[in-house]
Amino acid sequence: MTLHAIHWALIGIWGLLAAASLIVYVLSKRSDKDLTELVQRTQSWWVMVAIFTLAFLVSNTISIVVFGLISFLALKEYFSMIPTRRADRRVLFWAYLSIPVQYFWVYDSYYGMFAVFIPVYMFLFLPFASLLSQQTDGFLKSVGTLNWGLMLCVFSISHAAFLLILPATEGSSAGGAGLLLFLVFLTQFNDVAQYTWGKMFGRRKIIPGVSPNKTWEGFLGGVGTTFVLAIVTAPLVTPFSIYHAAAAGLLIPVAGFIGDVTVSALKRDLGVKDTGSLIPGHGGILDRIDSLTFTAPLFFHFTRYFYY
Amino acid sequence: MLQKAFYIFIKIAVLFLLGLNVRRKELLPSDGPAIIVANHNSHLDTMVLMALMPLSKLKDIKPVAAADYFFSSPWKAWLSEHVLGIIPVERKGADRTADPLEGCYQALDNNQVLILFPEGSRGTPEEMTDLKKGISYLAERVPTAPVVPIFTHGLGKALPKGSFLLVPFFCDIFVGEPITWAGDRTEFMNGLQERFNQLSSEKTFAPWE
Repeated sequence: MTLHAIHWALIGIWGLLAAASLIVYVLSKRSDKDLTELVQRTQSWWVMVAIFTLAFLVSNTISIVVFGLISFLALKEYFSMIPTRRADRRVLFWAYLSIPVQYFWVYDSYYGMFAVFIPVYMFLFLPFASLLSQQTDGFLKSVGTLNWGLMLCVFSISHAAFLLILPATEGSSAGGAGLLLFLVFLTQFNDVAQYTWGKMFGRRKIIPGVSPNKTWEGFLGGVGTTFVLAIVTAPLVTPFSIYHAAAAGLLIPVAGFIGDVTVSALKRDLGVKDTGSLIPGHGGILDRIDSLTFTAPLFFHFTRYFYY
Repeated sequence: MLQKAFYIFIKIAVLFLLGLNVRRKELLPSDGPAIIVANHNSHLDTMVLMALMPLSKLKDIKPVAAADYFFSSPWKAWLSEHVLGIIPVERKGADRTADPLEGCYQALDNNQVLILFPEGSRGTPEEMTDLKKGISYLAERVPTAPVVPIFTHGLGKALPKGSFLLVPFFCDIFVGEPITWAGDRTEFMNGLQERFNQLSSEKTFAPWE
């Protein structure tokens, strides 16, 4: 088997994770602070990277199914977290059903339907399905929260999956898989980078009313690190020119930050600390993919505009 | 065998469709005699509680349920007895000479674990009603059996009474410290009610109007 660029990229990710685990291990031995959460987080990263790698290596279809499952789990978490109406049980069921349909458009490479199915058809259909119960009390709130959840958990995340089926271009043999790897890796790496910079040097708070742990030092440090990494890794797995690599290297960390604080605002409104407890050390799945809900659609359209 | 196969399927379905957030799983009784008491919102309750237990213990865990509902037809009765492992209790005392809880006493004497819903019927989903006293008779008769309160949330949202459409929600299961019979019926019932109040206030749940 010959190793393609994509395989080298995956090997690189495993190497980076191994190095990070080693650092966490040494820290937890030396420090007398309680680092349980950090250790748990690192362990969860292994599981997530393993699932991702496996899906990646086996087939595109499996990867699309995995993203569909992520959407399902995220939407379930969202619906369990927000106030809902008894009358809307059936409507929630329809919302769940949009997941297989949306991911079918991805599988089918049907860009037209992929792009409009949720924001046009579902957003118009769900309010109608909801009014059939004839309970107009809380109608607006219910419709608003439902549509927003579908946007965040299904529509946004499905853009990551759609990257996967973009064909290889002249500039890069890695094709869609390379772009997806680039997006997911940089989005997640940026989260870790912003967190680490913030922990080490964070002093000036950005929006303490929403997320008290977010600091300018963390944000800028994260953006800088991710920017450099984007420029270094782009030639390996993407068709990007140096300028586009630089633009993506800014787009991903900034959008990631916005996604993160948006979900934070949501959690603060609902009075919960984590969206769930599915991933030890990270909280719920929505806590993990919050950045991706913003980076995926923005990065997808950025790429599509310039290269497809 | 049939029961194991059924619960392997249930375990997978519960894990995937619902997803459980269980607090203090270690307090679940692994051996009888013991009594698990839970609030009742949904047909899912029994299956989810059973699915929390290891497969090897299943044959010794017995849900207690209304005879008039679960044994109302031959196929229902067969399913209830052989797959769900239900102990029937006559709700309406037609026969006053027999103690309706006789089956429960027997099970406890055989070192089995009972699952009981002291609210009686499922009622309005996600709203607790008053506890019925039957549980205190069991506790009095078998004082060595710890009574473990479990509060569940979300199952009634996923599958409320009267609905066949299962809508996925993450569900919370709070296992409480066991209480034992101390000699007084009112005191016991108040203590149990108190436990449930504590468990249900452990987390603020999103409103469901």
